[in-house]
Amino acid sequence: MATDQLTPTRSAGTATPQKAPRWRLDARYQPVLGTVVVLAVMLAVGGSRYENFLTGRVMANILINNSFLVVLAVGMTFVILTGGIDLSVGAVVALSGCISAWMFTHGWSAGITIPVCVLVGTLVGLAVGVMVHVFEIQPFIATLAAMFLARGLCYLVAPESIPITDPTIVRLSQTRWGTDDGLVITPSGVIALAVVAVAFVVLHYTRFGRTVYAIGGSEQSARLMGLPVARTKVLVYVISGTCAGLGGLLFAIFSRSGYSLTGVGMELDAIAAVVIGGTLLTGGSGFVLGSVLGVVVLGLIQTIITFQGTLSSWWTKIVIGALLLVFVVLQRLLVLRRR
Amino acid sequence: MNLGAIARHRLFWPLVALVVLLVASALKSPAFLEVTVRDGHLFGGPVDILRRTSVLLLVALGMTLVIATRGIDLSVGAVMAIAGAVALSQIAASPDPGALSTVLLAMLTALAVALAIGVFNGFLVAVVGIQPIVATLIFMTAGRGIAMLITGGQITTVTSAPYKTIASGYWLGLPVAALIAAFIFGATALLTRRTALGVLIESVGINPSASRLAGVRARTIIWTVYVICAAFACIAGFIKSSDIMAADSNNAGLFIELDAILAVVIGGTSLAGGKFSLTGTLVGSLVITTLTLSITILGIPVNAVSLFKALVVIAVCLLQSPVVQHRMRTRRRQAAPVPVEVPA
Amino acid sequence: MTTSPSAIPADQHDPPAAPRGPRDSGREPVVAMTGITVTFPGVKALDGVDLRLFPGEVHALMGENGAGKSTLIKALTGVYSIDAGTIVVDGTERTFAGPAQAQLAGISTVYQEVNLCDNLSVAENVMLGHEVRRAGLVDFRATRRAAREHLKALNLDIDPASTLSSHSLAVQQLVAICRAMVVDARVLILDEPTSSLDVDEVERLFAVVRDLRGRGVAILFVSHFLEQVYAISDRMTVLRNGTLVGEYRTADLPRVELVQKMIGRSLEVLEQLEEAPKRVVAERGDVQPYVQAIGLGRKGSIEPFDLDVYPGEVVGLAGLLGSGRTELARLLYGADRSDVGELKVDGQPTKLRTPRSALARRIVYSSESRKTEGIIGDLTVRENIVLGLQAERGWLRRIPQRKADEVVAQYVEQLGIRPANPDAIAGNLSGGNQQKVLLARWLATQPKLLLLDEPTRGIDVGAKAEIQRLVAELAEQGMAVVFISAELEEVLRLSHRIAVLRDRRKVGELTNGDDVTTDDVVDLIASGGQDA
Repeated sequence: MATDQLTPTRSAGTATPQKAPRWRLDARYQPVLGTVVVLAVMLAVGGSRYENFLTGRVMANILINNSFLVVLAVGMTFVILTGGIDLSVGAVVALSGCISAWMFTHGWSAGITIPVCVLVGTLVGLAVGVMVHVFEIQPFIATLAAMFLARGLCYLVAPESIPITDPTIVRLSQTRWGTDDGLVITPSGVIALAVVAVAFVVLHYTRFGRTVYAIGGSEQSARLMGLPVARTKVLVYVISGTCAGLGGLLFAIFSRSGYSLTGVGMELDAIAAVVIGGTLLTGGSGFVLGSVLGVVVLGLIQTIITFQGTLSSWWTKIVIGALLLVFVVLQRLLVLRRR
Repeated sequence: MNLGAIARHRLFWPLVALVVLLVASALKSPAFLEVTVRDGHLFGGPVDILRRTSVLLLVALGMTLVIATRGIDLSVGAVMAIAGAVALSQIAASPDPGALSTVLLAMLTALAVALAIGVFNGFLVAVVGIQPIVATLIFMTAGRGIAMLITGGQITTVTSAPYKTIASGYWLGLPVAALIAAFIFGATALLTRRTALGVLIESVGINPSASRLAGVRARTIIWTVYVICAAFACIAGFIKSSDIMAADSNNAGLFIELDAILAVVIGGTSLAGGKFSLTGTLVGSLVITTLTLSITILGIPVNAVSLFKALVVIAVCLLQSPVVQHRMRTRRRQAAPVPVEVPA
Repeated sequence: MTTSPSAIPADQHDPPAAPRGPRDSGREPVVAMTGITVTFPGVKALDGVDLRLFPGEVHALMGENGAGKSTLIKALTGVYSIDAGTIVVDGTERTFAGPAQAQLAGISTVYQEVNLCDNLSVAENVMLGHEVRRAGLVDFRATRRAAREHLKALNLDIDPASTLSSHSLAVQQLVAICRAMVVDARVLILDEPTSSLDVDEVERLFAVVRDLRGRGVAILFVSHFLEQVYAISDRMTVLRNGTLVGEYRTADLPRVELVQKMIGRSLEVLEQLEEAPKRVVAERGDVQPYVQAIGLGRKGSIEPFDLDVYPGEVVGLAGLLGSGRTELARLLYGADRSDVGELKVDGQPTKLRTPRSALARRIVYSSESRKTEGIIGDLTVRENIVLGLQAERGWLRRIPQRKADEVVAQYVEQLGIRPANPDAIAGNLSGGNQQKVLLARWLATQPKLLLLDEPTRGIDVGAKAEIQRLVAELAEQGMAVVFISAELEEVLRLSHRIAVLRDRRKVGELTNGDDVTTDDVVDLIASGGQDA
């Protein structure tokens, strides 16, 4: 009997089409669609209500002010794709900033300090990976512990804010490339975009990246399929830690100081960006580009509130919370409907 | 008395730690453990500890019940901030801030708001089925913004004698704050152990599906614990804001959820849910506050406190991890995951 | 050359298995498991089991729940380690550290839950781990092309770029099989592949299986659907209670004999239990059934059935594993919701939506998976027993200590719960005692209908007798009981009426009497209720 025709002759009941009808968006993209819609709405509202909203300068500023958050969100995406979570990134940002500030004041050159800055994050990520995989501690707790550790080390290294005056850093902080009408970009922005590009390629075009998605889809299945689950799980936390270290560097460039109380709540912003960017917290579904859009949405919220003028800046947190709520509930409904 | 059995009791090490800290502090500064009577009130190091533990204990009690149902509540700090903001704003705006009735009314309003947040969190977790971390993350993010909104971005200060007594007053020689915490502790203990609520909570946390099959109203119970947690956080918020007689929306209760989780964990309640111990949480809270106080007395630089706490957290996590627990209990079976059911 | 002993039957009543015939000569098994023993704390899951898989053959693995089929497969693929015995693959003795290693040696398993990542595309699932790469990066076009080739080799026309979740479970299973072929499987283990498939999907699967057989793959087919096993397999191995009953050629083993071997008499049990008089249906008179199921069914679970259960009566559900007994019970309890038909409780049409509504109508269900759906492990025996009562009463009014002690003591004695300590942690009790605790919980609520799903599984013989006596007593006192057991003797001993199920359908009903034997039930199962 030939099985080359997919005509299901089943009794009344669920008749799932073998090929999704062309007009319906592949299930994987549905959550990100929500993000794009929100983005479009915000741009439309902002552009119509305020003058000079849709200008190059304003848009560029969103990236300039949030380069570090973009990098954090990229790292967080990897972790959330596997179904985990990383609460330590804010603390690692502070730690790498403090350590680099400390090193600069003690005469270390930029050439050494900058890699160390990033390496700090990598080491914390490695520690988390080991706790999660070898000791089977829940990611929430493991990264919470790492957060405490990083903060603790911060207070030790830099009890007070340390300004950074290293010429390389200052130069990186002040350079602007771009057109005259305001569409500028900073070295930090370039780094952030580079990270996004690399992450995109890794997630979509390498075996490692596809394994990340597989683990998020079903860790047990991935293991049974013979995929290197253990190694991958540890690596995603290493990646997240490294991104946090890099984010710390970018933030240090931005603020030109190392301060132990930086980054408080930054992990929540990163998580919010990833969720609003269409990545499911249950894992297995989402895109780095979506997370970047999530950061843009957060930046737009801030910008709109600034433009509005009458609203105080803490409305930002409220709106982010509300958006988070909407997305999380929608995600849940989507999951329920699929079952 | 079987010394081995005592040592294996899960509160053994936390109590030892507590004693060690107190003794070390007393050795360094003998006046620390002195309790004197001044103006009819008790004064001294231990009294200080009691007063400071009140806030943490209240939050940790609520957190214990939530964790017992396999959940977590990250919004408690924000609820504290909102509670202080609502209460103080209302008092400040009233014609007679010093009147007891004003104060009570303001506190009731704040409590209503906190209960609403608890209902919201509980709804998301119990009915919609969202992971507790994420559900409570929403108010953790938005909550401080709301608190700022209420205080109009200022740190609302207020002069009100009745409100001040919450944190600074004494009754029968003991700090009011400690009495409030003790009362709530007692009430919670009664509520969970005198009624069936405690067992049902544990049942839901250990095995939700079996509990449901046995007829337990799992949904209602899970919803309830989030409401209780918010209510307790609200009271903690009163004490905190009464302490400085101001509503500092930015800093009130900052990081307290982490301390609370730590207190619960030290006290022996597992983060995986199930059996919980209120006494354990009490000991855990005492350990944390004593730790913070002792460290100053012992001369350890302030900036090392967090690192110290972090190392304790990591040690506890590792010791509680399934891997270490399993290794300590049985000999590992080679290459085989221990089957959950007798296999078919 | 390895010695492959002919199958040693464990049951003396059976004739020895057929020796290797002319067709077998000269062919070596690609996998030969000999004398496999696997033990877990307190339980011997497999005892000296043999299994031979020949290339180009479909070999069915048969046995009831607890027989050891799943354990045997996990022993082969390295999920469980073996305590005794050898595994020889292609003439070399091997032990695998896990499924990944087994896969590398050419042994692939497709489980009932499919075990693919349905958030990825079909092509990725087929090729994951073996994608076509160029300069370290995955070349998706080439990968998709390769996937399409592999799918076509199995006559499957599925769009490789589509997401796996957009396909039915049947198609997902075929993709899983295709993946096994990509990794060059020489042995393909199909674990209950047809449980959720309809007739056409099964045919499609079988076409692929026959194709693979023609290509020389050895296929191990685990299933409890008799018709399918007879349709597709060449050889069968039957397990019971962890021991090998025998290896047979399918063509040589009639259905009735197969069923006998799977659930037939167990001498040991018979000798220990006293002969009890057969249950006889007493004069019913005008008594209404407590529960009436009329055309009640649930898609994918059980086909519409009718069943009346009268107070004071024990209705036994007999059938092989997977015949739908548990599903039937779950519908009567509200643990699953019905799609069609109606349920009347005490004469009133009712819709049972949740376990709570069933409890309110005094219907209780003792689940067969007592660890996951029954015992609250960290609570004490007392707390577990009292839980049902407490849940009914609500959270506020705690059951007084004295009453709780009374109830607990009563059941500890009646059921012989060991240790007889109400403060013992339930999770530490043996399986059998946990079952008794669970039973006590339900009995304490004084139900009118008691649904017992495999209550005596894993319990020692003495305790089995106690529970059976208890069930009989309860029925005499007026309780309606539905009793599910894989042991026919037990069902016959206790039931007034026996509903026989097969392949998710109720195929008949027998009224118990002195002349009714297990053979009658077996015949009914084998014939499927059609003709004689």
